[in-house]
Amino acid sequence: MGARIGSVIDDSRLPELSNDEISRYSRHLLLPEIGMEGQRRLRAAKVLIVGTGGLGAPLALYLAAAGVGTLGIVDFDFVEASNLQRQIIHGVRDIDRPKVASARDRIKGINPDVNVVEHMTRLSSGNALEIMRGYDVVADGTDNYPTRYLVNDACVLLGIPNVYGSIFQFEGQASVFYAKEGPCYRCLYPAPPPPGLVPSCAEGGVMGVLPGVVGTIQAGEVIKLITGGDGGLVGRLLLFDAWRMKFRELRLEKDPVCPICGENRSIHELVDYEQFCGLRPAQGEAPVESLTALELKARLDAGDAIQIIDIREPHERAIAAFPGAKPIPLGQMARRIDEFDQDIDAVFLCKIGQRSIFAIRALREAGYKGRLLNLQDGVNAWARDIDRGMPQY
Amino acid sequence: MPSLLIPTALRAFTDGKSEVDAEGCTVGALVSSLADAYPDIRQHLYGEDGGLRPFINIYVGEDSIKGTGGLDTPVAEGDSVMLVPAIAGGSRRARATRGDR
Repeated sequence: MGARIGSVIDDSRLPELSNDEISRYSRHLLLPEIGMEGQRRLRAAKVLIVGTGGLGAPLALYLAAAGVGTLGIVDFDFVEASNLQRQIIHGVRDIDRPKVASARDRIKGINPDVNVVEHMTRLSSGNALEIMRGYDVVADGTDNYPTRYLVNDACVLLGIPNVYGSIFQFEGQASVFYAKEGPCYRCLYPAPPPPGLVPSCAEGGVMGVLPGVVGTIQAGEVIKLITGGDGGLVGRLLLFDAWRMKFRELRLEKDPVCPICGENRSIHELVDYEQFCGLRPAQGEAPVESLTALELKARLDAGDAIQIIDIREPHERAIAAFPGAKPIPLGQMARRIDEFDQDIDAVFLCKIGQRSIFAIRALREAGYKGRLLNLQDGVNAWARDIDRGMPQY
Repeated sequence: MPSLLIPTALRAFTDGKSEVDAEGCTVGALVSSLADAYPDIRQHLYGEDGGLRPFINIYVGEDSIKGTGGLDTPVAEGDSVMLVPAIAGGSRRARATRGDR
């Protein structure tokens, strides 16, 4: 570990620093590992940050402060109140603004010399190469598998390093996927989990400081790729558990048969990542039947025999209880199949109607024969359309 | 008895436990005893061909079992065996699972 790797910035690109810049970056210049040359490389560097959320916030703030010359930011989303618990680049007055606009203002406030390039779009197979080409480093702060594989593949095809960070509840992962020097994301995970297995942060929650730590680690790795120096997280996966306060480190090997960075690669261009990640219905798979909150209310009012199953964990039911529902947590479906009456309709609910789909699939796999229905948009829809006294969360 | 470290993403299937005692002297035997004890986790660990699913890595100490014999990798007393699944969280709110509605 820790092999030296060269700077991603070519020597021919190095600008001179003004006296003001020398004063501003004095604490970097005093480090022999960075020094004048490293700071000039930072000034020349173009870094693309994909996502300006929990991970993108510390990435953008620290890279702006460090004097990275050009910061590209990609996000199509708008700031919401529930972002502010962790996305510290945005503030209360930014609610409903595009995230890229809010992020640009903060970056400029920290360092007006940074050239900010806004990409207010969803990264896709159609635009990724065009957007990413010309950047020296890409930092991945997205929250979904299709974009993770897209960013990985585009970086491999363009030959640029992908500084990876990912979070879930209290756990984070960080690495540098740089196919020239080591493994890529596909070497580690050749394929993603099926949709629904790992809940998103919107469903599973996330400790606010976790992306702060992981995104800051990513920013450090970006800086070292630019200045050159220690190989850092190339070939290593850092695991961080913020609750137990534990760091672990795992070795990553390049997969010789990796379909995109291996010797006989089979992927030569970007593919359809929604399909790759199973977000389109598989051939032959029966679709999950759903009903709206209004339809459920009508059936309850009509006195229909229905069993309502709340698949949320106890702490989540405490936020907004659903009256009359039987609690069976998602992870216990198969082993509690005998508690169902398969002769009457069963309606499944969770926060937003996604994990409940997974519960239905688990029961089907376990041999359930009765009718299974999903409450569309979950208890949040019930709070929105039926019971205004109930909180949405 | 070796123990298996369960990451947050899979704890819903192990009654919230972060560490589970498991029987066996290979990684495969250990994981199989985990799946016997917690049947709901089985479909997430094994594919239809009986092999480990591609979004789950298993590490004994710092090393992936990919390079040490896969599920046949021996496990000794005191080894820490960890499941390391892919996680994706970062920025945006959940995306809809298309095609289901």
